[in-house]
Amino acid sequence: MADTATLMPYDEALERFEPVLGLETHVELGTASKMFCGCPTAFGAPPNTQVCPVCLALPGSLPVANEKAIESTIRIGLALNCTIAEWCRMARKNYFYPDMPKNYQISQYDEPLCTDGYLDVEVDGKTVRVEIERVHLEEDTGKSTHVGGATGRIHGADYSIVDYNRAGIPLVEIVTKPIAGTDRLAPEVARAYVTELREVMRSLGVSDVRMEQGSLRCDVNVSLMPRGSAEWGTRTETKNVNSLRSVERAVRGEIERQAAILAEGGRIVQETRHFHEDTGQTTSGRSKEEAQDYRYFPEPDLLPIAPDPAWVESLKAALPELPSARRKRLQEEWGVSDLDMAAMHNADAIDLVEATVAAGAPAADARKWWMGELARRANESATVLADLPITPAQVARVTELVASGALNDKLARQVLEGVLAGEGGPDEVVEKRGLQVVSDEGELSAIIDQVLADNADAAEKVRGGKIAAVGALVGGVMKASRGKADAGRARELILEKLGVQG
Amino acid sequence: MSLIRKTAAELGALVASREVTAVEVAQAHLDRIAEVDGQVNAFLHVDAESALAQARAIDERIAAGETLGPLAGVPIAHKDVFTTTGMPTTAGSKILEGWLPPYDATVTRRLREAGLVILGKTNLDEFAMGSSTENSAYGATHNPWDLSRIPGGSSGGSSAAVSAYEAPLSTGTDTGGSIRQPAAVTGIVGMKPTYGGSSRYGLIAFASSLDTPGPFARNVLDAALLHEAFSGHDPLDSTSIDAPVPPVVEAARHADVAGMRVGVVKEFGGEGYQPGVLARFNEAVELLESLGAKVVEVSCPTFSYALPAYYLIAPSECSSNLARFDAMRYGLRVGDDGTRSAEEVMALTRAAGFGPEVKRRIMLGTYALSSGYYDAYYGQAQKVRTLIMRDFEAAFQQVDVLVSPTTPTTAFPIGERADDPMAMYLADLCTIPTNLAGNAAISVPCGLADEDGLPVGLQVMAPVLADDRCYRVGAAVEKAFESRWGGPLLSRAPAL
Repeated sequence: MADTATLMPYDEALERFEPVLGLETHVELGTASKMFCGCPTAFGAPPNTQVCPVCLALPGSLPVANEKAIESTIRIGLALNCTIAEWCRMARKNYFYPDMPKNYQISQYDEPLCTDGYLDVEVDGKTVRVEIERVHLEEDTGKSTHVGGATGRIHGADYSIVDYNRAGIPLVEIVTKPIAGTDRLAPEVARAYVTELREVMRSLGVSDVRMEQGSLRCDVNVSLMPRGSAEWGTRTETKNVNSLRSVERAVRGEIERQAAILAEGGRIVQETRHFHEDTGQTTSGRSKEEAQDYRYFPEPDLLPIAPDPAWVESLKAALPELPSARRKRLQEEWGVSDLDMAAMHNADAIDLVEATVAAGAPAADARKWWMGELARRANESATVLADLPITPAQVARVTELVASGALNDKLARQVLEGVLAGEGGPDEVVEKRGLQVVSDEGELSAIIDQVLADNADAAEKVRGGKIAAVGALVGGVMKASRGKADAGRARELILEKLGVQG
Repeated sequence: MSLIRKTAAELGALVASREVTAVEVAQAHLDRIAEVDGQVNAFLHVDAESALAQARAIDERIAAGETLGPLAGVPIAHKDVFTTTGMPTTAGSKILEGWLPPYDATVTRRLREAGLVILGKTNLDEFAMGSSTENSAYGATHNPWDLSRIPGGSSGGSSAAVSAYEAPLSTGTDTGGSIRQPAAVTGIVGMKPTYGGSSRYGLIAFASSLDTPGPFARNVLDAALLHEAFSGHDPLDSTSIDAPVPPVVEAARHADVAGMRVGVVKEFGGEGYQPGVLARFNEAVELLESLGAKVVEVSCPTFSYALPAYYLIAPSECSSNLARFDAMRYGLRVGDDGTRSAEEVMALTRAAGFGPEVKRRIMLGTYALSSGYYDAYYGQAQKVRTLIMRDFEAAFQQVDVLVSPTTPTTAFPIGERADDPMAMYLADLCTIPTNLAGNAAISVPCGLADEDGLPVGLQVMAPVLADDRCYRVGAAVEKAFESRWGGPLLSRAPAL
């Protein structure tokens, strides 16, 4: 790596400096066609198969704006409490790069579609209001792959290839105002903001917001100022931050790096830095001190955008319930604590729990399984809950089997394991694995008699009034039945046989 | 009379009535091209085989009893700035040499749909930047009136083709006068429609907010027929106006100006204008008066700032529009020997592929848009543009049309202004305000200048979407002059 940075431990860095954050998020809209032509936008098509004269910038071709993309941008602006411009224009951002077919990007400059909003996020039980500077609409570039060379970047590469399928996909850029006062929670606030933003996008249905596929991309700006100072420091912009965890790590890493430099009397260079997933470190990119002149001017090939205020009002009225309101409502419906709700939110379990409840499970049970056994399984296989091969309906069926007494918790865990292993649905697994609670009283009675005979000491203690000792006997019964016994019924029968009142 | 001397309307009627076949018409024009284009150099590309095949298809459809439009089977020369499938499209530039577009421009498609037979592609100043066609990477075009002189520009190939009887019709594009000025200096009719009245889709962009496709013809009615054939709303061009095409053909047949109010623009004339041009223009104004028009003088003070404003706006847009020619996806590629970066290949290609005038305008525009200069140059020019629109609006409160000479001088000798860009830019002095305001204007012949015996054009300017007024006034002037001259002005051109 070009510059292995010295780091200052996070706690020490925070004792000496205060961080100021800024986040620029790019969201690829999930419109059926591209921003300025009719080409499809599906991810993963063979390279250069979703292209036409317009998105390849053939001579003579002209853009026609995608109305759905404009509508989606306005809906995003409304969901983020922004003011929607009554009249604005697209602008050309001029710079040469092989993955940008026209060598200018149609974007917005000083007339963004949405301005001055906010998004409230929950961190550590506190609400932090993140102010939104602007939301604007632009087009994505193609995707370059640099072959050869050590860094995967254009410098030092043997050659580069470009896929223009992505060129012209509508892209919404959401820029926050500087976020100050987050103190040591800065990394968590950054993560919570991107998480919340992602959920807002999902609830609006405007994007699939998959960070790993690049449909949500985040640039993280960080600067530090000495404690007690009122003047903000020089910021860096970290790009290539491709997961929620990386957002948090990038902020933390940049705080540690900048603090070490500042503490030694060094100077922060205003620059673009690249985040590396493997190390959690950033490396220096293009310096912004010789800033590029993009020669912005209003796009003459397109008409101004002048959304009818009545239409904007109707879009506002038709906005879906936003994630924070929904969480509040579900928390009340489910009767769970702030802490449990936050845990579900962090684990991305709310949708799953809600779907499980909708499939008939009691909220407490749904939460218990998703946040307990299934969370453990997801963790073990390093995946996320939503990617586990089990559906909310299947989880609901397991809770139903437990409630009816057909399964106990231990057996239920085995059923879940079977479903996850691809053995079929819960009923199938029960059938195949023969997982039924022993409900035959005669069989249970025989097992108990055997356990009492094998554990005469314990039986004697219970008879003598040490009721607590019954646990060991119940355990013995469960073991002997290989978990299939109904533990509650076993306890009753044991006490009955020993002639004590439970 | 030989087929090449006939009007487009006559040829269309002859083909429709099967008195002549479209193949015969096409062949007559191909023969004429073979005969004279070695001297004129109007065409960059002639496709005889394709033209005859198109003509044959028209003949077959007519034989099958189909009723086609009035221009079906009529040959046309197409400016090489419109994309055409099956024919190379170069925009007069080395950077696009040999490029075969995979799609037709909307204008091209509509020509085909109207049954026009495309003979080939005509020469132009590189990327339509120029007033003489000397800036073509493929050699200058010569004025059929005097082969040592320019045919105007940028659509000089199209004006020369029509005035040399190589085609009865041609297409042009007008960004600052590139149809009207060539029409004026070759003694034919050229029309710049209202901006947005004709589609720019597939027109290789010079300056997006100014570029306007329009027709050339040897008479006003033919120009109107062609105008109608390719104009109208196009959903592929966002700046295209969603309104019916003004009734241009009807207007061209209604050669009557009685009671019309005609304004003479006070600011055009005087220093820099050739006396012979002013004399012919004044005669045209007197003629209009004699035909019953009410002529008044109108002042448009901001028109004097049109030229400098234009030379900031047009280069600014062109500096961005021409960025796509980067050797990556099509066209020329220079220096790609495996040792150079993409950036170096782009720079080498653009250095080798663009001519000096194109480079000059890219540099002007890049500078005008630069941070710190934007407000003083591009921003200021846009303000001037607004003021020019207001001057037009105020003028059109008083009059129905405005008139002026189309150009300050007649065709100048090839080479005379090649090293003096400012002198070259002055050729568009009278035509530029219309481009900045987006309204309509036509140039019709109004006689020969006494000094040099070369054609002079009368420019008639009308409000946005009142293109029909240009044709109505143009037709009245044409009718009166032709009866005075005993035939079209062009019949006085020396034989080639």
